[in-house]
Amino acid sequence: MNKPLRRVAIFCGLLMVALMVRSNWIQFAQGDELRNDPKNRRVAIERYAQPRGNIIVDGKAVTGSKATEGTDFKYKRTYRNGEIWAPVTGYASQAFGATQLESIYDGILTGDDDRLFFNQTIDMLTGEDQKGGNVVTTLDADVQKAGFEEMGDKKGAAVAINPETGAILGLVSTPSYDPSSFAGNSSKDAEKWNGLLKDEDEPMLNRALRQTYPPGSTFKVVTAAAALESGMYDIDEKTDTPDPYRLPQSTTDLGNDGNHPCEDASLRVAMQWSCNTVFAKISDELGNEKMIDYSERFGFNQEHFVPVRAAESVYPEDNRPQNAMAGIGQASNRATPLQMAMVAAAVANDGKMMEPYMMDQLIAPGLSVVEEHKPREMGEVVSGENAQKLQQMMETVVEKGTGVPAQIDGVTVGGKTGTAQHGENNEKNPYAWFISYAKTSDGSTPIAVAVVVESADVLRDDIAGSKLAAPVAKAMMEAALDGKR
Amino acid sequence: MSTSQATGTTGSNTTISPGGLPSRRNTELAMLVFAVLIPVFAYANVGLAINGEMPAGMLGYGLGLGLMAGVAHLVVRRFAPYADPLMLPIATLLNGLGLVLIWRLDQSERLVDPPGAPNQLMWSALGIALFLAVLVFLKDHRILQRYTYISMVVALVLLILPMFFPAVNGAKIWISIGGMSIQPGEFAKIIIAVFFAGYLMVKRDALALASRRFLGLYLPRGRDLGPILAIWALSVLILVFETDLGTSLLFFGLFVVMLYVATERTSWILFGLTLALVGAVAVASFEPHVQSRVQDWLDPFHVVRETGNANQPAQAMWAFGAGGILGTGLGQGNSDLIMFAAKSDYIFATVAEELGLTGVMAFVLLYGLLVERGIRTALAARDPFGKLLAVGLSAAFAIQVFVVAGGVMALIPLTGMTMPFLAQGGSSVIANWALVAILLKISDTARRPAPAPAPSPDVEMTQVVRS
Repeated sequence: MNKPLRRVAIFCGLLMVALMVRSNWIQFAQGDELRNDPKNRRVAIERYAQPRGNIIVDGKAVTGSKATEGTDFKYKRTYRNGEIWAPVTGYASQAFGATQLESIYDGILTGDDDRLFFNQTIDMLTGEDQKGGNVVTTLDADVQKAGFEEMGDKKGAAVAINPETGAILGLVSTPSYDPSSFAGNSSKDAEKWNGLLKDEDEPMLNRALRQTYPPGSTFKVVTAAAALESGMYDIDEKTDTPDPYRLPQSTTDLGNDGNHPCEDASLRVAMQWSCNTVFAKISDELGNEKMIDYSERFGFNQEHFVPVRAAESVYPEDNRPQNAMAGIGQASNRATPLQMAMVAAAVANDGKMMEPYMMDQLIAPGLSVVEEHKPREMGEVVSGENAQKLQQMMETVVEKGTGVPAQIDGVTVGGKTGTAQHGENNEKNPYAWFISYAKTSDGSTPIAVAVVVESADVLRDDIAGSKLAAPVAKAMMEAALDGKR
Repeated sequence: MSTSQATGTTGSNTTISPGGLPSRRNTELAMLVFAVLIPVFAYANVGLAINGEMPAGMLGYGLGLGLMAGVAHLVVRRFAPYADPLMLPIATLLNGLGLVLIWRLDQSERLVDPPGAPNQLMWSALGIALFLAVLVFLKDHRILQRYTYISMVVALVLLILPMFFPAVNGAKIWISIGGMSIQPGEFAKIIIAVFFAGYLMVKRDALALASRRFLGLYLPRGRDLGPILAIWALSVLILVFETDLGTSLLFFGLFVVMLYVATERTSWILFGLTLALVGAVAVASFEPHVQSRVQDWLDPFHVVRETGNANQPAQAMWAFGAGGILGTGLGQGNSDLIMFAAKSDYIFATVAEELGLTGVMAFVLLYGLLVERGIRTALAARDPFGKLLAVGLSAAFAIQVFVVAGGVMALIPLTGMTMPFLAQGGSSVIANWALVAILLKISDTARRPAPAPAPSPDVEMTQVVRS
């Protein structure tokens, strides 16, 4: 019987070997994946095991932590003015996970990041609890508050960028939400959370980064840039445009709003009065391929990470009449508020586009800097000369065109209004847009802004970028300029 | 002391008795010291990690475990002096660590069930008492052979009884008498091994030789198929009526292994595997309980994805992952998130999380070592009944470990069985101590020097020359 016995011995050994191989597989090979599975409660337990590091704006924390009672979580996230800062911070909830900065820099905020290894070791040796590091943002509290307050109960978003560095100064999205309201894991938190999810106004949608809108007439700045760069047009040359303009391959006539001198208007005049006819014709003459090319130089057709992911703004391939309409931002091209702020900023910075960012520094608990963002140039999207021509056009708009409400005393403001149609046959309230920048007397451009206001409850005739969106942009620019003075 | 002449320390064959082996009792004693000290340190570790102080019961626990191990050792020295030296220390170590793990889970704030460690300590003491009783009263394992058919009846009764008791958590594996719950399957495991050993010893020739050759395989005769078909039917019935995949698998596997050893015919294995496969697939096709287990095995996270709530299989996987290579350290993991059955069926997940891959490997090696010592005993045994019984008990132990641990780590579908010696549960720990006692008794008989022939001057002379 000994021969089969030996085989049974081998068989039993193989059973044990199978167990060892399997445990190696799940504990070693798959270990990291299982450990970091966001559904694994250990991730949240770890996250709230010590006071979380803070997100800092202008030297002050907009977040906090407070001790809680409970078996799993020792601390809970708190927010100061949560509604104002939610589009920046995102949320960190015991029950519902974390997003945006709270999620991206979770390692720093909890103190788990490998770069905090030194601090962890010291804490371990001295027997202290692990501490989290801080995330310092580029935001300007005054700009953010001004934008949020001016938006009031309107639905929309506003993004402010420092054109010279790309630093994001304001990131407003309304209606907003208070992330403190569901930071815990009680049934009350769940109720709040579910309420927010069900809210038709989608308060948790970050409209500034994640929502794309038809850019409307603000896109004419991009079309004008393409026109100048192509060498086929100049700022004060007549454009040989009929009014109304018949769209190519179509029997549809495109007209203009109001009674303005759009026929045969130069780029400057066309920008001043937002002439649809002129820019549709330019877009058609440049053709779909070139328009895509110039749009992409401004950042269309790619995702941006600031470091929070922003949705991709698009300028797609399309047929001739649609491409002509896209030249006035009224076809299949769509843009995020961030994207349009980048357009305004690039023009204001003499054609140089700076990479937008909102993380300035990551700071270890011992105050040493772990990571710092240095402004990065994304490239020259238009030549300096053409950028200045675009500035002249946009400044004309504010000086004596559709953008008059954005004027600020003693400061040169360039801007562009937009009113994007929305819905089948334009039956829904349009989107009101305004993009602008401010230039101080010493020639510096501290801020560029893009504002979009969705279907506010006002008469549709009233809706125009200048009436709804321009005041928000103005308030944010003023806040930035006040800070400089 | 009766063993003094046999305690060879050099390891070579220096005993005076003819063909004798060193008894290895001192080796056993030395390892027992470690087997007691390691759980005591583990106990201290848990206390320091959770409460920041040495646990109050530490001295009592250490002394208790030490005392039980010491008594067991002395009884082995007296009643089974040539027994295998590894089994008692391994069983003590596993039982000791099991107690620590249960006590650790008792400290959990998440688990609401009553503390399990004090009861488990009592069951362990009872288990060791039974261990001692077997060693003292079972003079020779061959006595068990007389009870072959009685064993069959008892085993059948034990296996069928739970059908008449209400299901606990989906499986009918319990019988309750006067408020006490017993898992008869654990005891049936031993008794049925006795029956198989006795039965196969008698029938092995018929089963092995009376067969037709077909396609290079020896096919059993139709009428010899009776017993295997009966056991197969019983296993399937257990699976269907008691929804107990583990017990069913264990008995069928045990029988096939013993049949193979008895007949040396590979065809029996193929035949057994085919039957097992047919039975499993057939039952799985209509039994929702088995289906859901299979689904959890194929994708442990499907419930998490579908409902957002983590179930036990997912929690167990996370516990294994969280452990990583070195583990979080005793008392510092979150394996209690498994909640229900964390101390029993899923206790291996706590090993995985808090002791890491290292701990899992160590435990699997300990189990493997115990099993291989058992099979070594079978090889050394001089009588076919002893060989069959030893291999049966060892294989049952191995299959049980594989089925439970494999189920917890989603290597195979999960079945409701207990990790021998580790998991909470009185029946399991008592039965496994008895199992080890029988193996020890067989190994003692196997390694005991053959009784010297009547003393004669010639032999004396020879010995003098040899020494």
